[in-house]
Formats: sequence, structure tokens, C-alpha cells
Amino acid sequence: MSKGFYHALKINPERCTGCTHCVMECPTGALRIRNGKAFIHPNWCVDCAECMRSCPSEAIYVEQDDFNRIFDYQCRVALVPALFFAQFSKTRSEEEICSALCSIGFTHIVPVELTAGVVAERMRQKIAQAERNPSISPFCPAIARLLQIRFPDLTDNILNVKSPFEASATLFRRELIEQGVDSEQIGMFYVTPCAAKIAEVKGNDNCNGLIQGVLNMDFLYNKVYHIIQSHSAEPSSSTAQMPAPLSTDEMCWSQTGGEARHFAGRTLAIDEIHNVIEFIERTELTGEIQTVDFLELRACDRSCCGGVLAPANRFIASERLDKRAQRHSEQSMLATTTTGQARDSLDNTIDSPPYMPMAKLTYTGGIEEVLRQMNSVRNIMCFLPGIDCGACGSPGCQALAEDIVRGEAHLSNCIFMQRQMEAAGKLSNQSALLIMERVWGKERMEKNCFKKGAKYEGK
Amino acid sequence: MQVSYDIEGGNFTRAGYASSDVKRVLKQLSIDSQVIKRIVIALYEGEVNVVAHAWSGKATVTFDTDKITIVIADRGPGIPDIDRAMQAGYSTASPAVREMGFGAGMGLPNMKKNVDELLIESTVGVGTTVTMITKF
Repeated sequence: MSKGFYHALKINPERCTGCTHCVMECPTGALRIRNGKAFIHPNWCVDCAECMRSCPSEAIYVEQDDFNRIFDYQCRVALVPALFFAQFSKTRSEEEICSALCSIGFTHIVPVELTAGVVAERMRQKIAQAERNPSISPFCPAIARLLQIRFPDLTDNILNVKSPFEASATLFRRELIEQGVDSEQIGMFYVTPCAAKIAEVKGNDNCNGLIQGVLNMDFLYNKVYHIIQSHSAEPSSSTAQMPAPLSTDEMCWSQTGGEARHFAGRTLAIDEIHNVIEFIERTELTGEIQTVDFLELRACDRSCCGGVLAPANRFIASERLDKRAQRHSEQSMLATTTTGQARDSLDNTIDSPPYMPMAKLTYTGGIEEVLRQMNSVRNIMCFLPGIDCGACGSPGCQALAEDIVRGEAHLSNCIFMQRQMEAAGKLSNQSALLIMERVWGKERMEKNCFKKGAKYEGK
Repeated sequence: MQVSYDIEGGNFTRAGYASSDVKRVLKQLSIDSQVIKRIVIALYEGEVNVVAHAWSGKATVTFDTDKITIVIADRGPGIPDIDRAMQAGYSTASPAVREMGFGAGMGLPNMKKNVDELLIESTVGVGTTVTMITKF
């Protein structure tokens, strides 16, 4: 894990206007504006995509694999989360959506939550064996990273069980091989509602060779929606192989409470990353966190239905998912039936490696050095205005003071300090402008009638 | 480095402000997480004591390279019998305070358990000063 995190969130410098929206929203304070563009501190970013949500210029994007790569394989498997079906209105049947997926090129559709029941069973065993409370769900990769950098002593509490997508990919790949398919000819493509899942797949050595690519849900939704619209008049000609039906509980795994409902004792389900941070900070202090047996923590509001790549409104999608799930059976197919060696061997491969703490440290050096730097920050804070405007390119006065002490910014980046320096004759007008240009880029100072909200916007 | 925090008597929603800030600093100093935990528990109990019993108080925290010194000084009723207050389960908390889930009589014993040194000075009718020292 020493190589650092893989990140799926990227900034397009062509589109970025350096507007600070993302800087102010980032829950881990990982963003800065430098030279007029947003910059992500790679060790502090957890891929929660709050920045992407806040960006008014669509300058932050999630990289994905080229769709045509699926045709490198004879056996083209789409690993589809249940919430993909909830992106469509209730009048679109799962058969219709699956057959559209097949007509764009997939040969097999595998529901991600196929193994959710098995994963839940393994989690239940681990919770029972846990030496200390609370056991924390490993499901949301943005949360696992948040704990690693911000609450490193909770990393031991994360259950070391694979996510359903990884377990399902492992299981289905084995089944295909059992059926005689050449392993090299199996291409598994995971359809993701968020950036963190991509980072999880790409940054995980275990997924090498298991999952061949990741496709963004919004991209695939558009492709499928187009097919359904144009085909709805004529009956489908493609041979959709319908996936094994999920149980109600499996369908709802990615919903808020979808994991917590499986376990006994005191369980809590908390969604949205700021809520999660607030909850942990408070209950760690009072000790109440230890009275909880199981914590389901998700970075997005309404969990995965609120994923940054899920196109439908999160409230509507989550209601649709519940409704679709109610039409499914109470019984899990996989948990109640045995489907061969592949199923049996799943139990042996369902554990995941432990999570390592990767504390976000603002300062470097020994205690003496860090104390010296902290004192410097406190001294600098005496001068900064304390209004957290972000005009310096850092998320607030405290962050600017820390950046200054780390040698990454200057006191004169603060526009209030500049004014005082100018008034005291310590800074010329010209130098002040040059400093502004270094943070904001040259164009920022020029008149531009095409920018957002200006009179020729969009022309 | 020395940091001071005001503590307001009777305001339970704000109890914990000093301890969460101290925790943030200790994390940055890369102190062992078990040691941090114990220091923070002790300071939190101290904050709650001021909130539950006193009128107002101040926590002054000094960070040195080898230790942390916490002084919590309050203006309040004082402790008439410190030995008894140190006994687990002994509490003079009002029913209202107990109603809120505090006042189990574990405050001072918990503080003593979690720090290297604990010193209590108190004058009835004037106030109490608790000093806690933990070596890193």
C-alpha cells in the first residue's frame, strides 16, 4: 500500500476556470488552486467526487476504459449493479434492459449483488469474532480511504471481506472456466456508479486479471437508453441471457441500510461523507462509537443511488430500486442452491487483505519540528482575516497558514494581506497583480464576456 | 505550544470542543493512538465535570516534546471531600445532569486511570483546579 492511492478523478485544465467551488467542498481539504487551475493532493484525496459534484464547468471527470475494448474478448461479461435498473422508469423491464445490454455487445449479464448474501454471511461471522467494536463495512471504497487517512486507528475495525462485485466476478469467472471457456477469452466489465469504485478496481492487485475494465454508469445508461428507445417498436432479436434473479435483500444491498439490515445487535447506517465524519468525530470522543456493533458508512447521500455517475435523481432511483426489489423473491438463489465447485470455492476466496493506516499529516518531522510549525501556524493566524474566502487558492485561512508553513504558499497570497502590504508601502501594485496571476492565471485578470453568467455565455 | 479553551458551565452540547481540538493536534504529532485515546478521554471527562458542576472554566493545554500538561481550572462549588470524589460511583451530580446520561460517578476515577499524574486542588465555594500530565 506504500505506493499511494490510485485516483479515478481527473481535472481537465482546458475546462477548469479555477473557481474554488471544489476547493471549498472537498471534505478532506485535498484541493488547491495553483496557476489558475485546480490541483488535487494525491495523498489526501479519497475519490468521493464531492469536487465533481460542485464543479460548475464540468472540468472534473472520471476516467473510464474504452468501451470497444469489450470486443477484445469472446465472452463479454457486464457486471451490473442492481441500481442500474433503477435508473430506468418502472415501465422498462429488466429483460428489456438486459437485452439492450446484449445488443450493444455483451454476451453475459451478471448482477453485482449475486454474492451479496454470501458476503453478508461472511461479514456476520467476522462481526461475531471481532475483538473490538464497531465492525465497519468495507463496502464503500471512499469511506475505507477516508478512515485510512483521517481515522487511521479505525482501519483495524474494517471487516476484511470482499465487496460483492469482486466476489461475484470471481464466482462467475470460475463458472465460465468450469464450462470450458478459455480464461483469456473472458472480459469482465464492471459498471460503476462512482469514482471510488474505479479507483478500488484499478488500485487493487487482486482485480488484475479478474476485471478487465470499468465502464461509467452514465455512459452505459445513454447507450442502453438509446437502444431501448429505437427498439421499443420491434421485438428484440438479440438473445439476452437473463441473469440469476436476486433476492429482495440482495437487490437492496447498495441502498442506505442495505447492509445494516442483515445484522443483529446495535447497527447504524450513515450516508453522505460529511455526516460520516461528524458522526465518527463526535462518538469517538464520547466513547459511544464502541457501543455500536456494526457501522454501515457510505460516502454518497442515498448511498450508491447518489453516486456521481448514476444519472437518475437519487431519491427517485432509490425508491424505484426498493419497488423493483419487492417484486423479487425473499429467497437468495445463491445462498440456498449449490451451483458447483465455483460456489464452494467462493468461501475460500471471499476474505480481503487488511486495510493499512495512511494518516494525513499536515506537517513533517519529529515532535519538536511539528510543534514549531504548529506555533508558526498560530502566529500566522493572528494576521489572516478568518473569513475563509478561498481567494488565496487554499480552502480557508487555517489551510493557507498550513500551506505557508509547508512552503507551498505565501502570506501575500491573501488578498487582505496584500492590501495591508500595499498600504504599508511594502508591496507595489504591480507585484500584487503578479502574485494574483500566479494563483489565478493571467486570463483571470482579463475581461471575458463568454464566461459563465456573463453576457455572451454559450455564444 | 500552549492552547487555552473556555468551558461554559451547564452547556453539554459544547462539551468536547477542547478534547477534539487536542486530539487533532496529537494526531499531527504522530503520538501513539492508544496514548491519544487515553489523554482525550481524560480531558473530555474534565470538560464534562466543569459543564456539569461548575459555572465556568478554562482548560489550558501545554504540548511539550515529551509530555502534555492539561490544567482545568473552574469557578464553581469546589469539592468538599476529594478522597470521596475519587471513589468510583460516587457522584454529587444533580438529577437533571443524570437525566442527560452523565453523573455516573466515574469522572475523576476515569481521569486518574488515563493519565500519568493527576493533581486536584479545590476550595469549597471558589473552584477546582485539576492538573493532568501524560508523558509521550
